Amino acid sequence: MALFSKQNREAFTNPLNLDHPILGQVLGICSALAVTSQLKPAIVMGLAVTVITAFSNVIISILRNTIPNRIRIVVQLVVVAALVTIVSQILKAYVYDVSVQLSVYVGLIITNCILMGRLEAFAMQNKPWPSFLDGVGNGLGYAMILVIVGAVREFLGRGSLLGFQIIPDACYDWGYINNGMMTMPAMALILVGIVIWVHRAYFYKEK
Amino acid sequence: MEHIISLFFRSIFVDNMIFAFFLGMCSYLAVSKTVKTSLGLGLAVTFVLTVTVPVNYLLQTKVLGDGCLVEGVDLSYLSFILFIGVIAGMVQLVEMTVEKYSPSLYAALGIFLPLIAVNCAIMGASLFMQQRILMDPTNTQAITSVWDAMVYGFGSGIGWTLAIVSLGAIREKMQYGDVPKPLQGLGITFIVVGLMAMAMMCFSGLNI
Repeated sequence: MALFSKQNREAFTNPLNLDHPILGQVLGICSALAVTSQLKPAIVMGLAVTVITAFSNVIISILRNTIPNRIRIVVQLVVVAALVTIVSQILKAYVYDVSVQLSVYVGLIITNCILMGRLEAFAMQNKPWPSFLDGVGNGLGYAMILVIVGAVREFLGRGSLLGFQIIPDACYDWGYINNGMMTMPAMALILVGIVIWVHRAYFYKEK
Repeated sequence: MEHIISLFFRSIFVDNMIFAFFLGMCSYLAVSKTVKTSLGLGLAVTFVLTVTVPVNYLLQTKVLGDGCLVEGVDLSYLSFILFIGVIAGMVQLVEMTVEKYSPSLYAALGIFLPLIAVNCAIMGASLFMQQRILMDPTNTQAITSVWDAMVYGFGSGIGWTLAIVSLGAIREKMQYGDVPKPLQGLGITFIVVGLMAMAMMCFSGLNI
């Protein structure tokens, strides 16, 4: 089987389109909403989830024939928890300010449904390499929504992107005011609702 | 006493798991189709929260904290694995107890019980509790004893139940509404939850 055969490419690209983990399957919304008030933590969180999904998929896929079926959930939780602990320590060591902003949500990657969903649905039945691609695809699909929502919220709520001011001072002089609502939790929900609306409207048309 | 009452009401209305922190969103959206199932899941979550938060509090302060087991060794980096272990074990225990002593309740809760193990609200409450131990004791959010932890867990559970039951009721009514096709189901639910969260923001100065 070629490294990038059609099947493998589909494992990677499907989660980015129709089988999108957040928009299509409604998984892993908890953290997607909470970390998106600014762009930087959203990007870090997206990367962390991508790495953890990819590697936990690989590990479970390697172990899949040796795990007794009855205790598979516990084994999956332990693998994920160990990976999350490693990532959390790395974040604390290299990007401390972002890890403070993310606070408990790094730990909550353990209970992120995307991880458990992919392990159950894909890694338990497939070989390590397609599982890796599937994990990366799902992680990137998740990161994509985080980046979209994070960028909109930071731009409208603070007039900046990644901490750099985008809207010039002249606009503020003319009376432009940042929309403080955007930094509140409530707007994250409404924005994700709108993203889902656009996504579904687009794919309904294709069908 | 005052501190505990304040902690209780704040954990229901101000630090609501759903509206302020988005925890337990997945099962919140998946199970809230009717009031009856929402109430069942809400009660199960409340029960598990009331048990796991104090247990994890004792673990954190007696085993994992700085210099608890061995002088000068801080084991709190192990907290993720231990907390999830406690939660998974507790859910299993609750499931077995309910199955043995009240088969009717077990049948009513059905698949929701095992689902609770991966509900982020449970894990989230334990992680927030871990942060709040370090707070100044005069702060209304601080958790200084195992009773505080239990009240915090119970209050968070009640807040979660309140949120899921009200969404269940709204979704029951919404079936008769005329919603644009691509927005139906998930999209409109998100927007409704957003509006509910906005309404809950008016509690945000609450202090007793």
